[in-house]
Amino acid sequence: MSVLELHYDVPGDDFTRAGEASSAIKNKLKQIGIAPDIIRNVAIATYEGEINMVIHANGGTIDATVDANAIALVLKDTGAGIPDVELAMQEGYTTAQEHIRALGFGAGMGLPNMRRYTDEFELKSEVGKGTEVRMKVYIKK
Amino acid sequence: MITLVKQSEKQYDSFFHSISLDEESCKGCINCLKRCPTEAIRIRRGKSLIIKEYCTDCAACIRVCPHHAKKSTFDSFDSVFGGDGSQEYEYKIALPPPELYAQFNNLDEKSLVLNALLGLGFDDVYEVAAAAELVSEITRKLLKNEKALLPVISSACPSVIRLIRVKFPNLVENISPLVSPAEMAANAAVRRAMLRTRLPREKIGVFFITPCPAKVTEVYAPLGVKKSQIDKAIALSDVYPRLLPLMKDIAARGLESEASKEINKAGRIGVSWGGHGGEAGGLLTDNYLAVDGIENVIKALEDLEDSKFKDLEFIELNACSGGCVGGVLAVENPYMAKVKLNILRKYLPVSGTRMDEAIPPYAYHDEKIEFQPVYRLGETLEESINLMMTVDELVKKFPGLDCGCCGAPTCRAHAEDTARNLASEKDCIHIMRKYLHKAEGLEIHES
Repeated sequence: MSVLELHYDVPGDDFTRAGEASSAIKNKLKQIGIAPDIIRNVAIATYEGEINMVIHANGGTIDATVDANAIALVLKDTGAGIPDVELAMQEGYTTAQEHIRALGFGAGMGLPNMRRYTDEFELKSEVGKGTEVRMKVYIKK
Repeated sequence: MITLVKQSEKQYDSFFHSISLDEESCKGCINCLKRCPTEAIRIRRGKSLIIKEYCTDCAACIRVCPHHAKKSTFDSFDSVFGGDGSQEYEYKIALPPPELYAQFNNLDEKSLVLNALLGLGFDDVYEVAAAAELVSEITRKLLKNEKALLPVISSACPSVIRLIRVKFPNLVENISPLVSPAEMAANAAVRRAMLRTRLPREKIGVFFITPCPAKVTEVYAPLGVKKSQIDKAIALSDVYPRLLPLMKDIAARGLESEASKEINKAGRIGVSWGGHGGEAGGLLTDNYLAVDGIENVIKALEDLEDSKFKDLEFIELNACSGGCVGGVLAVENPYMAKVKLNILRKYLPVSGTRMDEAIPPYAYHDEKIEFQPVYRLGETLEESINLMMTVDELVKKFPGLDCGCCGAPTCRAHAEDTARNLASEKDCIHIMRKYLHKAEGLEIHES
């Protein structure tokens, strides 16, 4: 079975472009005929991750791999890192600054949504080095 | 699988469209190719062809064609009197849309237009604006229902529905379950006519005066309803010049306000449907979004799909800028038309029509609108992934200029066509140039 690999760089300084990578992934998945509800889950998870990278980590990279069983997503950044992962995973917890929240971002639902809409979720973070999120959405349940 | 067919080969399937090509006038230039919002056009053998599965009848190609080769198909005005070879109906009903009223200068009373329609030879007139008020009323009820999937997306613009059906699988469920005002008007008008005349349905002809090709398609290959109750779609631009002299005559005889209350029913809400924002305005809620122009509509649907809009109850989407007054078969400038609608609205009651009884069953779609994955590259996931990888490799070979010379709108679209064996790599003039230079032993100069 063939494997489709997609790679995107997420620029860190441009809010107007945040969401471009997740939108591109979404459109690729539509073209290869992935079921709409699975596309929705992938789109939400990648979009939240992409926004997080722009807000907190000055950008990063998104890699998506599609095979017959699942869509695997790897989001990496070299930002500040998360000191307390358990706290960060709580709904509504946010460290976004006021001017970011005024834009409608940073409601503290990013990480919880990424976990909710994926079948596998793993987060590794080191303060001062960066964060890596690995997620999987199953195509075959 | 997608199909490239000449538009004369008509099939009334669910991918029927109402854009035709005057082959002699078509120069095979790239104007329509580059402006089609769904990348539905290809130039083949010097002529512009439409991939019917991608076409949403938005008429962008008709607007931009400098040679007037792209046209809207519709029924001729003569068809009202059987002049197109079909039988003449014994009882003829005209369905004028609200945007018709916006075409005339200094129109204070729409009864003048309605009387003139009777003067043209119609036996009855049923205002689409009146039916629109019923659609507004039922939609208001719908939004109050706790089970409603919000936001509800308007089902009034057929071009938008076709767009959602092929591009936005996750939004199909949000489409309003109600028929369009024109369809609603046709149903109500037919019932009124059958009661009044005792004629069987087939002796009654329902003629919708259409502002655009998308609504012609809704007559012949509707989505959401199995069969339209509209029999023919005649062009607004054909009716307009015929109405003018009649209207002058009626006004000269001082009869402009003479129209029975039964015919002249619509109020402000119904008339407003003719312009952008009118439909949403009739819902009496602030939590709505109204977007016009097909490119803006696509952007809004993308954002909606990404859950970027919060707390919306209703979304009105019009493929044409300005709303239905901006249809390609309208005569007046759409922005001027909107001003005229506003003036006409001023002296009308808020709403002229009310649902007296229970909601009639014909107000609802009787057929599910389903997602059609026409943009899918292959039949299976495996095939699609392989094709996607081929496309990505091909895209690297092409220059990325999106010049359209190969006949596809972008290098990526051409790569997809090539991967699907619908085109050849060598249709790219930049690749051909390199090829020729090589054959002639010339050095290649990048330009």
